Amino acid sequence: MSIAIPSFKVETRSGTSSLAALAAVAGLALAIAAPLIVSRSVVQDLFFILTMLVLAQNWNLLAGYAGLISVGQQVFVGFGAYAMFGAVILAGVDPIVAILIAGALSALLAIPTAFFTFRLQGPYFAIGTWVVAEVVRLLLAQWKALGGGTGTSLPREATKDMAGVDIVRDLFGMKAAAASDALTYWIALLLALATIGFIYRLLRSKQGLGLAAVRDNEQTARAVGVDARRMKALVYVATAYVTGLAGALIYVQKARISPDAAFSVTDWTAYVIFIVVIGGIGTIEGPIVGVVLFFLLQKLFADFGSWYLLVLGLIGILVMLFSPRGLWGLFSDRTGIQLFPVRRKLIDGPLAHMPKGGPNG
Amino acid sequence: MSFIDTIVQGVLLGGLYALFAAGLSLVFGIMRLVNLAHGDLIVLAAFLILLLTSALGLNPFLAALIAAPLMFLTGWGLQYFVLNRTLGKDVLPPLLVTFGISIVLQNGLLEAFSADSRRVSIGALESASIGVGSLNIGLMPLMTFLSALAVIFGLNQLIYRTALGRAFRATSDDIVTAGLMGIRPQRVFAMATGLAMVVVTIAALYLGTRANFDPTSGPSRLIYAFEAVIIGGLGSLWGTLAGGVILGVAQTLGAAVNPEWQILAGHLAFLTVLVIKPRGLFPRAVD
Amino acid sequence: MTAMLETRGLKAFYGDFQALFGVDIAVAKGETVAIIGANGAGKTSLMRAISGVLTSEPGMVVYRDEPIGALAAPDVLARGIAMVPEGRRLFPSLTVEENLLIGAYGRKGQGPWTLESVYELFPILRERRNNPATALSGGQQQMVAIGRALMSNPDVLLCDEISLGLAPVVVRDIYAAFPRIRATGASMVIVEQDIAQALKVATQVYCLMEGRVTLSGRPEVLTREQIHQAYFGAPRHELH
Repeated sequence: MSIAIPSFKVETRSGTSSLAALAAVAGLALAIAAPLIVSRSVVQDLFFILTMLVLAQNWNLLAGYAGLISVGQQVFVGFGAYAMFGAVILAGVDPIVAILIAGALSALLAIPTAFFTFRLQGPYFAIGTWVVAEVVRLLLAQWKALGGGTGTSLPREATKDMAGVDIVRDLFGMKAAAASDALTYWIALLLALATIGFIYRLLRSKQGLGLAAVRDNEQTARAVGVDARRMKALVYVATAYVTGLAGALIYVQKARISPDAAFSVTDWTAYVIFIVVIGGIGTIEGPIVGVVLFFLLQKLFADFGSWYLLVLGLIGILVMLFSPRGLWGLFSDRTGIQLFPVRRKLIDGPLAHMPKGGPNG
Repeated sequence: MSFIDTIVQGVLLGGLYALFAAGLSLVFGIMRLVNLAHGDLIVLAAFLILLLTSALGLNPFLAALIAAPLMFLTGWGLQYFVLNRTLGKDVLPPLLVTFGISIVLQNGLLEAFSADSRRVSIGALESASIGVGSLNIGLMPLMTFLSALAVIFGLNQLIYRTALGRAFRATSDDIVTAGLMGIRPQRVFAMATGLAMVVVTIAALYLGTRANFDPTSGPSRLIYAFEAVIIGGLGSLWGTLAGGVILGVAQTLGAAVNPEWQILAGHLAFLTVLVIKPRGLFPRAVD
Repeated sequence: MTAMLETRGLKAFYGDFQALFGVDIAVAKGETVAIIGANGAGKTSLMRAISGVLTSEPGMVVYRDEPIGALAAPDVLARGIAMVPEGRRLFPSLTVEENLLIGAYGRKGQGPWTLESVYELFPILRERRNNPATALSGGQQQMVAIGRALMSNPDVLLCDEISLGLAPVVVRDIYAAFPRIRATGASMVIVEQDIAQALKVATQVYCLMEGRVTLSGRPEVLTREQIHQAYFGAPRHELH
């Protein structure tokens, strides 16, 4: 008995994505050159956008892809920031090195927190992460060497003498403060690109396929051999690492810390959730769209104080109710455009045309 | 003896936490929904009571009596028109929508009432206490605890003795078959959330009269409520009371050692229970 | 005889999957209609479509001259059509008596069926009234499911696979209750795997295959060969 099997090649790339790649190269060149072109305050705005983008991409990976809905990611921002402060103030480490240490420590912190929160399912996981964040905040508020409940500042010379500031200053004839802003901006740019690259590669890999399977149906995924728990734990630790890096980087630039600010639910979780939801959860493009819109709204309406957050909350609710795939989802459905195609498409054709490596290559 | 005094204060505080938690527990038991705006709704009710007492000069208990049906309608409408749309297999929509509601409520209250701390004045009752042996028990904390007992007893009667309660349980068991019995799940859910808001109003009465509150007080009330529910075990209202008491005792013991440790001690008690008995101390069924 | 309940070109879907392709059946007052067919023929889909668990277009189900195809289950029940669902689907959190009581939740009108008369029909349930429903044997659970549907005093009772998984002696006990149900004037639509049983109680039989009616008629006039062909779609031959 012979069965004819139609041959498919599996493709995740699409035509528009090659065009977009070209535009991306041009954009990237511009982004790298930004501190030499635009004013210091614009560089600071861009830094803010990039760091929020990193947080949003991480929350999106966690909630949108791994199904781990956390409202406690501020724990890693705050802990990363405090770890960096501790390393700089108490151990005299260079801030740039301290950022790396902060990332590693945040990933380490994720192990005991997962030990607690992974005992809770779905919605209870969400509040569990919040409790953990509160515990870490309350504990760090007891740390008198770092200012206790009122917080402390980085010594001025720490950021001025940061590794690389000299070179930037001499190379481009900048003042120390501007050079330090440029440097943190470039690190933020690198972090954002690396985060997107990492998530894109992860989602196109075998692990990404497993993650999608877990999200669609955890039972079935388990039945075909996907270790859902391990998968989720790995994503949780990875996002903790990157979120910790981002938290430390943000506070190198802020140079002043307090427990309430560093563990703020509004700043590091509410904003991030709205960015992802409004932009489009479960896509890489969504948080990018979301963060740009968020920044514009904030520039326009920041003076309105709590009205601004109220409206942002309402928009988030409306999007979730009526367009749960967000603005990017709406756009993508209409146009079919995907900048980061991770969904696999079956293309009819002889097997011989299979590109080398396939989606994993 | 001050140790016993601390324990008694903790138990009575637990009554307040059980009141915070009872509505959350009820709603989760019936529709598996966790309302992240639960704490903010308690604060909303407290402001409503404050408004009624200050604007109309009403007694806080009378104000709560008026606020309760208003909160019932709020809960009914919120569930029927908004939250019912989010229910389904995916836990993301209800969580994100209720999170959004939480942010909207907090900021709406900030605009309406400013960030100042408020308190509902209850006159002489505030400092009234009764002596039991060497103990001095505040009348308001005692009333809070007795109210918690009454609320949980009442909810249990409703759930296990009435047609509505049967409909609650049947819908929670099997929503499709409940429809075949003529039960309209959308309305049952709206009733449940409305009822939870009545309990929230009672909780708000004691929150507002016993301590200061402000528009951002909601999230920590949600966390205490949640901790009480998890410590007690999902699906059991008496378990929720026990959870509230354990949380309250842990907090007062922590505060007795160092006032800064009150909240932390409560959280640590919660995490300890989570590690030792992940399904809580008095879990009902397999959920 | 004019039909009390009719399906007219009934189509039913589960998402993109079509389960029924234009089914016509008619049920007259007091009649017992049996729906037979192989697994996957669409019998349960037909019951779900009539009861409102699956909705279709309004005119595809007509009851007392009213189009009810688009109504949801509670609205269908309110008009007097009750269902004993496949697999019984008792509420595990409720006792036997509570399961019966909840049957009257959506339709409290007067009629022959009360807790008392259901207990008379199935006396064992009175003894077990305070047990959790799921602690009963399969046959007793089926009695609860039938009693629960009767509590709404239906004019049409839909019974989906009530003998499935039960011992023949238990099935006999359950079918023994049928004459008393029919005596109240209710029409019945039963889905039954056991063809002999179906032919015994029915006044009208419909055979479904792949979502279509392939045979209908009064049980006494249908031949074995006709039924077999309607069931399997081909003349009888050895399977290999």
